[in-house]
Amino acid sequence: MSIMGTRVLRKEDPKFLTEGATYTADVRDPRLEGAAHVHFVRSTFAHAKITSIDISDAASMPGVLGICTADDIPEDVGTVPAAVPLFPPSMMNRPLLATGTARFVGEPVVAVVAETPTQAADAADMVFVDYEPLPVAIDIEDANADNNIIFDDVGTNTAVDFAMMGMATGIGEEDIFADCDVVVKQRIINHKTAPAPLEGRSVACVWEGEKLIIWLSSQAPHGFKGALPGVYEGIDCQVICPDVGGGFGQKIGGTPEELIMPHLSRVYNRPMRWTETRTENFIGIGHGRAQVQYATIGGSSDGEIQSYRLEVIGDSGAYCGLGAFLPFFTHIMAAGVYKIPKIETAAKSVVTNTAPVLAYRGAGRPEATAAIERAIDIFAAECGLSAVEVRRKNLIPADAFPYTTPHGTEYDSGAYETSLDKALEAADYQALLAEQAARRERGDRIQLGIGVSVYVEITGGPAPGGAEFARVHITPEGKAQIFSGAFSHGQSHATTFAMVAADQLGMSIDDIEVVQGDTDKVPEGTGTFASRSLQFGGSAVYDSSREVANQAREIAAKLLEADAEDVVLDTSTGAFHVQGTPAVSKSWADVAAAAANDGVTLQHEGSHNANCSYPFGAHVVVAEVDTETGEVTVPKIVTCDDSGTILNPNIIEGQRHGGIAQGIAQALTEEFVYDEDGNPVTSNFADYGFISAAELPSFTLVPLETPTPNNPLGAKGIGESGAIGSTPALQSAVVNALSHLGIRHIDIPLSPERVWSAISDS
Amino acid sequence: MEISVKINGEEHRQEVEPRTLLVHFLRDQIGLTGTNIGCDTSSCGACTVHVNGESVKSCTMFAVQADGEEVLTIEGLASNGELHPMQEAFRQCHALQCGYCTPGMVMASVSLIQENPNPTEAEVREGLEGNLCRCTGYHNIVKAVMEVAK
Amino acid sequence: MIPAAFEYIRADSADAALAALAEHGDEAKLLAGGHSLIPLMRFRLARPEVIVDVGRVDDLKYINDAGDHLAIGALTRHSDVETSDLVKAEAPLLSAATSYVGDPQVRHRGTIGGSVAHGDPASDIPSVLLAFRATLIAQGPGGTREIPVDDFFQGFLETDLAPDEILTEIRLPKAAGAGWSFQKFNRRAQDWAIVGVSALVQNGTAGIGLVNMDSTPVRAAAAEAAVASGASPAEAAESAAIGCEPTSDLNASVEYRQHLARVLTRRALEEATA
Repeated sequence: MSIMGTRVLRKEDPKFLTEGATYTADVRDPRLEGAAHVHFVRSTFAHAKITSIDISDAASMPGVLGICTADDIPEDVGTVPAAVPLFPPSMMNRPLLATGTARFVGEPVVAVVAETPTQAADAADMVFVDYEPLPVAIDIEDANADNNIIFDDVGTNTAVDFAMMGMATGIGEEDIFADCDVVVKQRIINHKTAPAPLEGRSVACVWEGEKLIIWLSSQAPHGFKGALPGVYEGIDCQVICPDVGGGFGQKIGGTPEELIMPHLSRVYNRPMRWTETRTENFIGIGHGRAQVQYATIGGSSDGEIQSYRLEVIGDSGAYCGLGAFLPFFTHIMAAGVYKIPKIETAAKSVVTNTAPVLAYRGAGRPEATAAIERAIDIFAAECGLSAVEVRRKNLIPADAFPYTTPHGTEYDSGAYETSLDKALEAADYQALLAEQAARRERGDRIQLGIGVSVYVEITGGPAPGGAEFARVHITPEGKAQIFSGAFSHGQSHATTFAMVAADQLGMSIDDIEVVQGDTDKVPEGTGTFASRSLQFGGSAVYDSSREVANQAREIAAKLLEADAEDVVLDTSTGAFHVQGTPAVSKSWADVAAAAANDGVTLQHEGSHNANCSYPFGAHVVVAEVDTETGEVTVPKIVTCDDSGTILNPNIIEGQRHGGIAQGIAQALTEEFVYDEDGNPVTSNFADYGFISAAELPSFTLVPLETPTPNNPLGAKGIGESGAIGSTPALQSAVVNALSHLGIRHIDIPLSPERVWSAISDS
Repeated sequence: MEISVKINGEEHRQEVEPRTLLVHFLRDQIGLTGTNIGCDTSSCGACTVHVNGESVKSCTMFAVQADGEEVLTIEGLASNGELHPMQEAFRQCHALQCGYCTPGMVMASVSLIQENPNPTEAEVREGLEGNLCRCTGYHNIVKAVMEVAK
Repeated sequence: MIPAAFEYIRADSADAALAALAEHGDEAKLLAGGHSLIPLMRFRLARPEVIVDVGRVDDLKYINDAGDHLAIGALTRHSDVETSDLVKAEAPLLSAATSYVGDPQVRHRGTIGGSVAHGDPASDIPSVLLAFRATLIAQGPGGTREIPVDDFFQGFLETDLAPDEILTEIRLPKAAGAGWSFQKFNRRAQDWAIVGVSALVQNGTAGIGLVNMDSTPVRAAAAEAAVASGASPAEAAESAAIGCEPTSDLNASVEYRQHLARVLTRRALEEATA
């Protein structure tokens, strides 16, 4: 029986459970012996001229090796390399330390280097920076109005207008809603949310001659290696990512604090370490989502949608990184799962005096789903129809795939109505409706709401997809090593990639080692983000495993004294034999030994290129709303998420669980908040509503498998699905619970006061 | 000052600065890096260890407060190569992904079960309120703890 | 973050702690369970020069039946209060409220005295003491004195304790047969209350303590008076926020806090009188 599709337990776990994983701060490499430690002094103003920096007291503190300001960084050290080179240079080329002007609270201004972390922190307390405050732009729409300009040389806060770049349709001359009986428009907030991996950023580095060895907590070791020459021209480096404690989009690119480390290590001639605190992670690196949207939807009064327009203003934060690009993804996925004849999109990104916006689980696609799903609910309410029925009426039918939306997005495969039906059935939708009706009838204090969302997203995108590297190597003992350019930071590649190879090679996964996260051991790679690893990285393992099996058949044929064409590899036993005569066979050990003897290396490597895939699903979330206090609780969550062919149900379910929790958290408890002056007010776990077990129910997961034709594994990405469907479903559930009061929309997060205010105002 | 702490059954006598937090003592002076630091507000529980058999957050305790006490960390939970039932349940239930919250989560769960051997699911969820996980959505963690309680 | 440096003094007795306080005055801070103080020190929002660790003063760890009242040593841990059969029998409101303090790990270290002496209006336990009309015992250079709970909380994080005094005991009048209720409203289980209410009702009188409704823990005096004059829970609860000056923050506006105080007080009185 094939190992594929089975519940294989993780190879990672025994170590993680008994001694703990080895994260960057845990690395005790002898090369890091005697490392100095860095502590950053950060801007306490959202927008200010830095008029002076007094380091005299700090410099004489015990253990201090040196203090670095922007003035101390030599000209041959560059700025942060642009994630996407689409924006005005000054917005994009962020300095490693604030230079002349600080543009958000938390921006690093000074790096203090000392013998111990404690001494560095003590000295940082004694660095005095004088600021001359400048007017701030914090709110997205205020920034968009250019009331206060953040980059004088650009003259506007707009970093990009995607329609002008041909990356959104723009709003046409013709009124696409002219023929619609019913037209509704809604302003929708998709607020800032913190990725908040439990491990924050951490770096350790050392120069060995002219070569930099750097350990860091990243999702993309090769991506970081690729970024370094942008700062240090011609640098020779080895990037090592040991175990990484989660990323969720936050650890894709290089950040200033990470990128300045090689400089500090070189100047002070010491191995150098820095591990951020939770507060630094909250205020220093950035947040996800952060859009204001205007959704307009129109159609016939019987619920058929004819036209949809989505206008997005995305917040880039103070500098344009990946986040400034994400409204483009929102544009790509604007149509959702619906067959809508006319679609218009407008999207732009604006800078604000807040931490740079970055990718966060879903990155641009949850925002698209949130908008269309809200729009459908409001349209259904306007028509006086069931939101479920309006969805069903407009879903792209299963026989329409591949399907191209009017604005040019090509979905690979889907069974949207099936996912909706299955989720509703598992949730016992009819019983929920009856319970809701009964509570309304009785006028219960606790009202029940049922929220439904159907979503589709793009993974591994944007089109035309991407590539990932794998090398499969057979050791002289007949075991396999996989060198992958993808990088697990919780996704379980040591297990799943071993399964892919095991299935092709007929080996036990115990005999297959997955090597990742070291740019000297793995020659190339992209990394793990955008739900891309299995579909690209796994497919590369699949390709190379098959090639290696073919190489091995040649050797086996010699040992069996047969023609290679006649020799087969029995992948259930790992035995090579002549077709039809399994009794005489050679093992991997035999073949590997023979190859070694012949001086042949059994190895294949290559990149697998594939188009992106479009996972989809339906979420049903039940909310209970205390009409006296506005308190929302979530007793039931049912999801049917289709990510194509399932490799390991445990891993897929785990990804879904985590995504669902984060999506629910965005709708319910989590929001990164700045006050009007740009001071972060949710900068630790006590103030930021990071969701816990106590606020969540167990989840009901319904399986569905619609393989993608776009890669040999049939696998679509699953990492982000949970976070995409659950947020609008909970929002919809709360609105649904209160719909009898005439309420049609409440922005997220659904804080008790916000819900109570909506009830009070109704 | 000099302190003496029994850690995972072994006596350690060391000089510490009074401001050294127990978690830094364990990680940096004793070299037990299984216990992680996830926050600065006693909120996340990644640093949970047992002191005298009960779960505590080692980031909210000075090492000097542990002088003369017994500390158990994730490294000391398994005995003779046998996983503790809670470790085994976490493995069987896929209750960990990136692993960062895991040592603290396991130690908190062991303490929870010691104090309430037959909890309801709601009690498990409330009992783990002080341990945050970003990967699992808690579903499989709760399942693992309930498995051990069975 | 790492706290600023301090001198560490371990006190083995209340007298030793008092001596250390007498010597160092304002520069010294008492450390009990540390769950109020250490987080502030990690952010360097508190930078005491001297820490007097009273965590090993075992003489102040007890829960005693003292006839007409329970006497609880200030250094008794939350977890010991929460699970005490004596507390469950004679002051179930305290047992219940304590189970909502922080999380299990916090309750394994944090102490009732530390929580009360911190004087935090957002803390759960002071509201219980107000509902019980508890008496606090302080020891200073001149001996011990009794402080009625209504005199104890003086301002934001300020109490009646002098810098050279320590809180040694909390006395709760026994209330085995009384009706009681603890209502805590928050967004996440481990959060501080947005608003909380402790209610203790017996013989037609009510003690109602509020959490996070002013700069100090406060009593819902008007609602208590209404109960005494025969008002129904719903009627009495209407006056729950009278006289309170809550703050507006991320989680709640003043108006919403006042609303919650009324709703939760009604629920508490209903439950306590059911």
